[in-house]
Amino acid sequence: MVATPAHLRRSAAALGNEEVLRIRNDFPILQQHVNGRPLVYLDSGATSQNPLSVLAAEQEFYEQRNSAVHRGAHHLAVEATEAFENARETVADFVGAEWDELIWTSNATEGLNLLTYSFLNASLPGAGPEAARFALAPGDELVVTEMEHHANLIPWQELAARTGAVVKFIPIDDAGALDLEAAAGIIGPRTRVLAFTHASNVLGTINPVAALVALARSAGALVVLDACQSAPHLPLDVKALDVDFAVFSGHKMLAPTGIGALYGRSELLNAMPPFLTGGSMITTVTMERAGFLPSPQRFEAGTQRISQAVALAAAVNYLSETGMDRIHAWEAELGQRLVRGLESIPGIRVLGPAAGQERIGLAAFDVAGVHAHDVGQFLDSRGIAVRVGHHCAQPLHRRLGLTATTRASTYLYNTTDDVDAFLNAAADVRAYFQA
Amino acid sequence: MSLDQLYQQIILEHAKARHGSGLAAADAPKEASSGQSHQLNPTCGDEITVRVSVAGGKVSELRWDGDGCSISMASASVLTDLAEGMTVAELRTVIDSFREVLRSRGKVPADPEVLGDAAAFEGVSRYAARVKCAMLSWVAAEDALGQALTA
Repeated sequence: MVATPAHLRRSAAALGNEEVLRIRNDFPILQQHVNGRPLVYLDSGATSQNPLSVLAAEQEFYEQRNSAVHRGAHHLAVEATEAFENARETVADFVGAEWDELIWTSNATEGLNLLTYSFLNASLPGAGPEAARFALAPGDELVVTEMEHHANLIPWQELAARTGAVVKFIPIDDAGALDLEAAAGIIGPRTRVLAFTHASNVLGTINPVAALVALARSAGALVVLDACQSAPHLPLDVKALDVDFAVFSGHKMLAPTGIGALYGRSELLNAMPPFLTGGSMITTVTMERAGFLPSPQRFEAGTQRISQAVALAAAVNYLSETGMDRIHAWEAELGQRLVRGLESIPGIRVLGPAAGQERIGLAAFDVAGVHAHDVGQFLDSRGIAVRVGHHCAQPLHRRLGLTATTRASTYLYNTTDDVDAFLNAAADVRAYFQA
Repeated sequence: MSLDQLYQQIILEHAKARHGSGLAAADAPKEASSGQSHQLNPTCGDEITVRVSVAGGKVSELRWDGDGCSISMASASVLTDLAEGMTVAELRTVIDSFREVLRSRGKVPADPEVLGDAAAFEGVSRYAARVKCAMLSWVAAEDALGQALTA
């Protein structure tokens, strides 16, 4: 196993610039210059960077342990299986789940599709009595919110279109907060699923999970949490939040692309029909039928993403050693600095909560008279990487009267200097484009 | 390559002037045969609708409505200035030339004799992510032209 860097001893003191500068040494990609300026990476909301320990974990796996898992009696097969299942325990523990409640997926999008396709399978004739609790029929309602990423909207739309169920959504107010009064009217006896994001990838808001779960529970609906923007940035405990399912992506939390996870309550997972079928997920197979293993194997057909799972565990170790509460606090500070700075620039409108109100370390904004693409291009010329476009949330942008915005998003390796370099450049945008 | 080579002054000016913008505000000329095309860039949500009207073998009018970045808006404005008064064959030649330059990753220089003000978009070809922005209205115009001729 690759050891965690020595300087990452969990400290009680708050994370600050000095420690962040040491953390940055673990991220080779951040050392480069772009367009003649030191790279300022403020696009971790889209994808984060990998520390050396994560890169080393993946390399070590391929150099020392690579083999198929859950089969074969040879030494490497045992080593690989152990690394793979240890990784599962580490990541499950990171989000407060049991090992058998964590299913590997490619990313959060696949996790959500796994759920919706399983529910679709449960709705088909011959699905069996165990699956009946997931079966959807005309008149059933699937509730999402107006701020969802397309990944937590389109799979539900498709599921509704195939089963006759209806998608309803909880609206947001002009400040980007969910209208909980409206939610109480929308979530009712017909609601079968409530799916919502923990933290908005555009607004930066952290949604009131407890209040929403309470509404879903009183209606007897399943709760699905999109934890893409929370798992990487704040302490997450799926049991304490009392959600039935949660999804997140590894590449947003210091791991490589191609790995993510779905959490599900064990009792639910073991009653759900499989999504993908094939090798590794079966008990007895005849030419006519097959029996399926319990979770997690039940949902892991075919050879898995073993090295990526190992790398995700290394990423989670890096985060845990730094301390999720400390990362959360530091990013909250950076988020406030972003909003305060942006709000002080004439012609810039920040989406979501105003300065002083809770938000994660990201801010999406509109620049009067300058398209987001042009803003991003200008910032890039100063070595600053941000995201531009609709951030896979077209309905949210439409609700706010916009088609595209610019988004700066932080992580544990960003300093206040990063934020200030960004703010200084953002202040020059309108003059450059003569807006 | 500097930002100023991408955002040449002529592009910034056209992005504001938006010659030809206002399709919805006016009907197509009655004496002409017209075609219309809507194009969308799904990565950023930019969209444009272009109407091309042809009379006597010439482009009598080009009008558009769109929402997008300065490159896409300026490109539509420049196209309007170029296209109006051209023969159908001339417009096709210009569109082909523009496409060749834009897709060349900086290898094919723009010929100002052929492209006029559109030669200012030469720098865009080095920014792979922005080529689609510049091409959006031209693709729409090509499609609209085809429709006008079969209408």
